[in-house]
Amino acid sequence: MALADIKQRPGLVLGVAVVFHVVLISTQVNTASGLPILQSVTFGAFAEVQRLVMGTLGGFQDAWAGYVSLRGVRAENAALRQEIQSLQVRLQEERAVARQSDDLRQLLELRERAALETTAAEIIAAGASPEFRSVTIDKGTSHRVETDMAVISPAGVVGRVIQASGRASKVQLLIDRNAAAGALIERSRAQGVVLGFGGDGLRMDYVPGTADVKPGDLVVTSGIDGIYPKGFVIGVVDTVDRGTGTYHEIWVRAAVDFSRLEEVLVVLTPPPGREALDGMPQP
Amino acid sequence: MRLVWQAGALALALALQTTLNTLVVESAGLDFVLIAVVYLALTSGPTTGVVAGSVAGLVQDALSTGVMGIGALSKTLVGFLAGRLGTQFILTAALPRFVIYLGATVLHAVLFMGLYTLLGLRDFPSPYAAVAGQAVGNAVVGVVGLQILEGLPGFLARRRSERPLRR
Repeated sequence: MALADIKQRPGLVLGVAVVFHVVLISTQVNTASGLPILQSVTFGAFAEVQRLVMGTLGGFQDAWAGYVSLRGVRAENAALRQEIQSLQVRLQEERAVARQSDDLRQLLELRERAALETTAAEIIAAGASPEFRSVTIDKGTSHRVETDMAVISPAGVVGRVIQASGRASKVQLLIDRNAAAGALIERSRAQGVVLGFGGDGLRMDYVPGTADVKPGDLVVTSGIDGIYPKGFVIGVVDTVDRGTGTYHEIWVRAAVDFSRLEEVLVVLTPPPGREALDGMPQP
Repeated sequence: MRLVWQAGALALALALQTTLNTLVVESAGLDFVLIAVVYLALTSGPTTGVVAGSVAGLVQDALSTGVMGIGALSKTLVGFLAGRLGTQFILTAALPRFVIYLGATVLHAVLFMGLYTLLGLRDFPSPYAAVAGQAVGNAVVGVVGLQILEGLPGFLARRRSERPLRR
């Protein structure tokens, strides 16, 4: 730019001169914080530039992350969906384990309460014939399980072992039509025999008609059969029919839900008097 | 040549400022540099006023104990405005020039003292009388100086043309 051109632009010359002088003054004068004005102003101005640049870059990054980078989200979505499904399955498994643990805990509490030597067993199979209500458990003679040992659950009496092999045993459920157990009405102590009928219900026989029995009474084992320990719950009196005979006709609702059995306890300790019964001639 | 003349005027003003002002007219507080800047701005335009104000002000600041740039910035703005007025209006008469010098001095004082005060570097308690005295002094010296400088070439020319007639 020629000197003549510069002379025609006094405003430009003035601007340059003013900026020059302001900068010059700023290098010598300190602010209240002790910093030179030039440094303070430069820092402040540059900070604003940085803020502007970072804001612009941030906006660009947001736009990039929000739109352009979404290309991989579909695949990620699919992978996450698969993971959710897998986790849902895992959750169900965990729930099952938790329920199993809860059942086992109840079994453990029962074992402690019973003060009997027992062994926990898992039901591995149901009966082969619908006419006979039985299950197979995973404990056998190798676990000291023998025939005529009582099988119980936290809810009540389950049945007895009728056949034991090395690592499994067959258990006759109390509801089987050939099963029976000595029982008594807990409230009135009236004794009788609980019999299975093949269905879900039980019948209590041989209870004298003069005995005090009413619906809702708890029926427990009496222990006189030499199989089931005394005092374990069999069920609740459902209906009582005095009938015309000497005995009550009592129907009992079983305490155990036999359709939901998964784990049971096998009582290894023989009830008192078992030895005496063992000495008697078999029918 | 013009540039040399302008630089010489500024140098003379600085010389006067650093000698005469301290010895003779200290109480008047005359600013010969400001007078020279306004003179150059009025006669040569705003660009010259800006350059003259910047350069002379910087030298003056450098020779003083103040902050470099404050006097220069003040004189730069004054030079620009004086140059603008000189190009916009006919300022050949003594009175307008007097007013211009008065205004330029007051503006320079406002800018100079205002910047110092604004930056917290120095206080100027009751400066009005001093500024008024300086403004009048600068205006008188500036107007007289301008008249002398403008009349000097013609006077010399007349002197030269009268000599042969006497012989």
